[in-house]
Amino acid sequence: MSALTREETEALIQEVLEVYPEKARKDREKHLAVNDQSIEQSKKCITSNRKSLPGVMTIRGCAYAGSKGVVWGPIKDMIHISHGPVGCGQYSRAGRRNYYVGTTGVNSFGTMNFTTDFQEKDIVFGGDKKLAKVMVEIEGLFPLNKGISIQSECPIGLIGDDIEAVAKKTAAETGKPVVPVRCEGFRGVSQSLGHHIANDAIRDWVLPRSEGKVHESTPYDVAVIGDYNIGGDAWSSRILLEEMGLRVVSQWSGDGTISEMEKTPFVKMNLIHCYRSMNYIARHMEEKYSIPWMEYNFFGPTKVAESLRAIAAHFDDKIKEGAERVIAKYQAMMDEIIAKYKPRLEGKRVMLYVGGLRPRHVIGAYEDLGMEVVGTGYEFGHNDDYDRTIKDMGNATLIYDDVTGFEFEEFVKRVKPDLVGSGIKEKFIFQKMGVPFRQMHSWDYSGPYHGYDGFAIFARDMDMTLNNPCWSKMQAPWLKKEEPVAEKAAA
Amino acid sequence: MANIMIQRGSKGEYVFYLPKRDLEDAIVSMEFDTLEKWGGEIKLNNGGTYFIEPQAAPAKLPISLRAKRLDAAE
Repeated sequence: MSALTREETEALIQEVLEVYPEKARKDREKHLAVNDQSIEQSKKCITSNRKSLPGVMTIRGCAYAGSKGVVWGPIKDMIHISHGPVGCGQYSRAGRRNYYVGTTGVNSFGTMNFTTDFQEKDIVFGGDKKLAKVMVEIEGLFPLNKGISIQSECPIGLIGDDIEAVAKKTAAETGKPVVPVRCEGFRGVSQSLGHHIANDAIRDWVLPRSEGKVHESTPYDVAVIGDYNIGGDAWSSRILLEEMGLRVVSQWSGDGTISEMEKTPFVKMNLIHCYRSMNYIARHMEEKYSIPWMEYNFFGPTKVAESLRAIAAHFDDKIKEGAERVIAKYQAMMDEIIAKYKPRLEGKRVMLYVGGLRPRHVIGAYEDLGMEVVGTGYEFGHNDDYDRTIKDMGNATLIYDDVTGFEFEEFVKRVKPDLVGSGIKEKFIFQKMGVPFRQMHSWDYSGPYHGYDGFAIFARDMDMTLNNPCWSKMQAPWLKKEEPVAEKAAA
Repeated sequence: MANIMIQRGSKGEYVFYLPKRDLEDAIVSMEFDTLEKWGGEIKLNNGGTYFIEPQAAPAKLPISLRAKRLDAAE
């Protein structure tokens, strides 16, 4: 099917909106748009970061998910207490596949769940005592932890516990950092505010610890910020940076440690991968420590090469040469992969609906494979995300913000993409509709997808999904036989 | 009053950032822009207007400031 024209796409949006009551239609209309590359500011065509309407089904998370799940959770040598009832921590435990090196339960705690398991009496009489007790127990059971963060769940804010006081008292006793994070789930409209709160907690409780410390720095020190090492992403990015001559001092926060974070104020440059979740801390470090920051994109060879050159441009000739050397080294491998997979994937059309950086960052990787992204959208993006997306998307493609289950299904039915990339909640709906699907939040249990090595896996996965023989077996054999018979009868 | 941050954009222009609303935009005009007196009424690309207390120009950017909203866009 050929691409839709601008008018057709607009008509499609109107058609999908028709089923809503008038008030809901008016609201949802603002979140759906047809891309127009000539627009400089996204807010002229799309509204984002607004409260989802009750009654429509969307797939957002909460502030706790943004803080504990995304920003703090991957810091491996700290223990992150899910402070409140047991469920929030238990049902999100280890789901994001933030890989790390270390011995779980001894010096790393990434996949473990620590909770204060609130009961009625803790709600009635307050949970501060229990929290203090849990931290004493943690010190006894896991003495190699390098610190504790207290991730508040909803009740903490509702009953008004003073977790900051408990944190200060315990930190004084143990001599290790204890960070209270006010990331109650009800704050904000999505997980996005959780990222911000988590960044603020790092700003207030972690970075000041670097003051007065000495750090042997080199002119090539950089920090990788906003790479959560999903399936090993940060590792496949890090090797490229190191190969070109940079020294990666810290990784935020995939496979990261608290001491790395404390060293970040000494770096020469912050490299931001996930802009949405970590731009706040980068801005803070720029102001306070005069560390410049830049965004980069490590999806697909074109963007990797572009980013490596852009990063190198901030350093001297040695690094610039290093970047060229790295690009040249992997070029042959990339050509081979593209030669293998492009003929199998060329011309296929993709619709995405994910969060963070992926709705715009992976476009380049698909284009390298000859595929086209015909629709994209963010779960919890802000205006500045859409500003950046407009340039990356083709004209007259669909853009949808905080899309509802109904809208997404209808769009897929009409646009008929060859592949849908979204989360686990959408996966089985689309697979049952006969549309090949990749779960793009945690790379469908595969990965890494970042860097040159990641692209090889990305290309293989897309081919594996799209050209899977199962898609021709969507109809039961006995139904297939009946069809021509029915046609004859009708004739 | 809102906390804002002013920084330099890639083309040397001032960029306004309001973390609370995640509003990032170029500043099209600033009432005072000299070494001794800096600030006053600032107009954003999106049509919004904010006011920062006139002060000596900051030694380095970005800088966090308190600003009063005179007229927000939208």
